[in-house]
Amino acid sequence: MTSHPLLEVDGLRVAIRRQDTAPTVLDGVSFAVGASQCLGIVGESGCGKSLTLRAVMGLLPPGIERTGGRIRLSLQPGAAPSDVQADQVAGRGLAMVFQDSHASLDPTMRVGTFIAETVRRRGGTSRSDARRRAVELLASVGVPDPKLRFNAYPHELSGGMRQRVAIALALATDPRVLLCDEPTTALDVTLQAQILRLLDTARAERGLGMVFVSHDIAVIRQIADVVAVMYAGQIIEIGPVSDVLDRPRHPYARALIDAVPSLDGPVGPFRSVPGSPPAPIDYGSACRFLDRCGHRDTACEGVVNGIDGRGAGHRSACVHSGTLASGLEAT
Amino acid sequence: MTVSPPASGPDVVVKPRASRARLWTRSAAAWLLALTILAAVFAPLLAPADPGQLTLDQLQPPGADHLLGTDALGRDVLSRLLFALRTDLMLMVFAAGLPMLIGTLIGAVAAYYGGVLDAALRWVADIFQALPVYVLLIALVFVLGPGTSSLLVAFSVLGWVVYARLIRTEVRRVREQEYVSAGYLLGLSRTAVLFKHVLPNSLRQSFVYLATDMGMALQGIAVLSFFGLGVKAGTPELGAMVSEAQLYLRSHWWLAAFPGVTIVILGSSVAALGDRLSGRGEVGR
Repeated sequence: MTSHPLLEVDGLRVAIRRQDTAPTVLDGVSFAVGASQCLGIVGESGCGKSLTLRAVMGLLPPGIERTGGRIRLSLQPGAAPSDVQADQVAGRGLAMVFQDSHASLDPTMRVGTFIAETVRRRGGTSRSDARRRAVELLASVGVPDPKLRFNAYPHELSGGMRQRVAIALALATDPRVLLCDEPTTALDVTLQAQILRLLDTARAERGLGMVFVSHDIAVIRQIADVVAVMYAGQIIEIGPVSDVLDRPRHPYARALIDAVPSLDGPVGPFRSVPGSPPAPIDYGSACRFLDRCGHRDTACEGVVNGIDGRGAGHRSACVHSGTLASGLEAT
Repeated sequence: MTVSPPASGPDVVVKPRASRARLWTRSAAAWLLALTILAAVFAPLLAPADPGQLTLDQLQPPGADHLLGTDALGRDVLSRLLFALRTDLMLMVFAAGLPMLIGTLIGAVAAYYGGVLDAALRWVADIFQALPVYVLLIALVFVLGPGTSSLLVAFSVLGWVVYARLIRTEVRRVREQEYVSAGYLLGLSRTAVLFKHVLPNSLRQSFVYLATDMGMALQGIAVLSFFGLGVKAGTPELGAMVSEAQLYLRSHWWLAAFPGVTIVILGSSVAALGDRLSGRGEVGR
């Protein structure tokens, strides 16, 4: 990690606005991403992975709002991250790749025109230069015949090609940090690998910071350096990919990773985590995994916070992580 | 009864399609409309005489000198008809296009920004919905005085509401699409996103309605002119021509028949094409 992180999220809190209550759905999420670094975020549906990205981008759906926390972004190379408003990050420093490229590209715009206009909006580019730049971008994300595809509408492209275009579009804003919201989930496995390689190349070449949300642990293992496991709106474990995925310390992280069927492991019944996560309205100060956990005791009913993902090293929010670690590693 | 084997083979393609009659109507409508537009555009070249030229050959039946006869003032009916097409097509486009422009802008802005603006729009739209449009149209033109501009003002004042309603529904749907969020992410302002991403994806229904509305506008203009509330006296216009022909309906049929039939054909052509745009009754489109 370089001296300054590019993106720093500190104590992010997001709540659903209701008349009487305001259930908190993201509770003190903190993390940092440095240049050329990829932070993976895993967790089951509804744990707040995508919401975290949307909150960072200032794209929360109506009725859901940020109630606390700071987002700092390093806007100049080498500069320390500074506080930013949601409307400042769009198109300047942060870009996002969505899960469904069919929904995230405007069906009435030719893809090349779209990219060229995005390039031009950054200023100082003539129309023909922007056009040339758009063709270059299309070529750099592996679109064959970029000059021809320049005039294509999104529906004329295949799913993989569309996702490439969506990536080119995100790169057209020259971002410092790229947020990826399950960009490979809608693609088949061979395309998945290609898109991951493409993102990896872009990260290396541009020194991009990356936050990669996925529920696919294999994908995270392939692309991320550091992985954060989220549960019920908190980060409950974070650390270098191989540490977390091979030696999880939190019982939930372990259950999640164990639930992935393995090709070379012993054949057996699918393992799943019994029960379901609590609803945001029921989030308390105790450990939120309490009811589903096999290791619970009275200590779990005290105050258990999510962990601050900004530090280094492998850490878990579980009060028993010290004692459990050795036992969990063995299995 | 013997059961014949189902027709099959490489050359038989079973595909659902619109009925033969409907297809025929459509292509006939398209040709007729194209022909009418061409006739209107080239009216100065095609017309055998000046449409306003008075002569002493009054009330001549259709014949070699005057293909469609002459009217009570000795003016050539064919020439007047050709120039009337210009007037009516032009008025038709503006009488439907202006309300669309106004209604779409108001509706889109209200729906996109929501809040008080949107509530006000819904309120106004509900009131307009309850009003008898034709009666108001006639009253409004009467107050404003006859003439093309008051026609267009009247149509705009009364017509924008439907377009505003239509676009409102569409904009509210489209603004939730992911590519709209993506637009903000690429650094577009809210207004820019409205015009770049939201509107282009919301306009389809409005254009379908525009086609239908043009047919209604055409009839409305003809009707108002028939009552002497449309174009200025003397301007060649189909409804006005029918109106002028009233006195001679029994003795000189051609005066009312040709403009009358033209209104019917033009109106049905536009309606048939509007029907096609809406894709109504189409199988497996």
